[in-house]
Amino acid sequence: MSPAPPERGRSEQDEVTDAIREAALVAPQRGGHPDRAYAPYRSTALRSPSQPLVVAPASLLEQTAPVFGAKDVAATDADLTVHSTGEPLGERIVVTGRVLDRDGRPVRNQLVEVWQANASGRYAHDGDRHPAPLDPHFTGGGRCLTDDDGRYRFVTIKPGAYPWRNHHNAWRPAHIHFSLFGTAFTQRLVTQMYFPGDQLFALDPIFSSVTDEKAQQRLIARYDHDTTVAEWALGYQWDIVLDGPGATPPDPDEV
Amino acid sequence: MTLDPSPSQTVGPFFAFGLPFDGGGDVVPPGTAGAISLHGTVRDGAGAPVPDALLEFWQAGPDGRIAARAGSLVRDGRSFTGFARVPTDRSGDYVIRTLRPGPVAGSAEAPHLAVTVFARGLLHHLFTRVYFPNHTEANAADPLLSALPEERAATLMAIPDGWFGGPGYRFDVRLQGPGETVFLDLISEAGAVR
Repeated sequence: MSPAPPERGRSEQDEVTDAIREAALVAPQRGGHPDRAYAPYRSTALRSPSQPLVVAPASLLEQTAPVFGAKDVAATDADLTVHSTGEPLGERIVVTGRVLDRDGRPVRNQLVEVWQANASGRYAHDGDRHPAPLDPHFTGGGRCLTDDDGRYRFVTIKPGAYPWRNHHNAWRPAHIHFSLFGTAFTQRLVTQMYFPGDQLFALDPIFSSVTDEKAQQRLIARYDHDTTVAEWALGYQWDIVLDGPGATPPDPDEV
Repeated sequence: MTLDPSPSQTVGPFFAFGLPFDGGGDVVPPGTAGAISLHGTVRDGAGAPVPDALLEFWQAGPDGRIAARAGSLVRDGRSFTGFARVPTDRSGDYVIRTLRPGPVAGSAEAPHLAVTVFARGLLHHLFTRVYFPNHTEANAADPLLSALPEERAATLMAIPDGWFGGPGYRFDVRLQGPGETVFLDLISEAGAVR
């Protein structure tokens, strides 16, 4: 008879994973957004308002949004692999999708911004202490404008997972940060896109702060072989739906 | 058709190479007649400065017109786009240089700047507004300000505070705790919450 394996004490991750499961039992927020005070993500403790938000009709100003155009974005901004003199290391990918409002209308000619870690899971940021190599050929920031169909497209490198200090042995699943504007200030969104099948989802307090499983699925890109470019890059599709009251569609007579 | 929205996620600690841009706080160039500074400190629930927050401002011009003009990320030095984006510094401070907004025709609200706050540890951005004390009548009639208790309305009011180049205003953001800033759940005018 083989001896019983040595008993493993409860880890900090076990405590966090339990807290994640417990938080998932509470009814999700409207729209599936995270509750700002989410205990498993410890930094929220002092950075989430204690007073309820004050409900207010959006002002005329807030029903409009900043406009961006060709002068703001260079064509090469959408290809994160050409921002240096050499090719970055890692798995080259294409990430594309449409930006829509809740009525399914495309958000046209609007700014999409991304930033991410390199293939080793290291950010080109002074504050990142993860002992993984920087890539001299990869900074990890990109921008583009959506087209008339609301479509964006980036060429980049698949980011690596990386450790952070929320708790002992905490790791973030690989993700790309996205920043989006709509046609109204109220539609502003900053979020993160994840890759399908990541084993770290259930362990990660930031991904799991979205407690509704269907809402979680809306953060995960889909591998799409038609987007994959033969002999060159794997393709992912990720559509984004902006929340909040949108701008009234312009009167066709006034356009 | 009503689609479910993509959920928010925190901006995280490493947005510095992705979002801030040169001249992000310069809604108008130095030396612009009538330029003001708008500055302040972002603090957390313990009163500690937040060095990794990002603020965005959206506003009408002094004539009350809302610009629909590209060129916020690459400013040409003469066009008023009405948009600013600034990270807080190591002390949690930010500053923008702009012009005070005028009244927007047809707007029930007093002149204000719309503000979005992002930060590490903030899973969903926060909306707030900056109002100016000199619009006494418009402020008194403002539907938001007039509905708030006085001490809460005060958190939305810029405080005159000169700077070396001319008039300035202080607008601090308190994420939590004593003097917590009023943050907004903005809904469509019809009141429909989706």
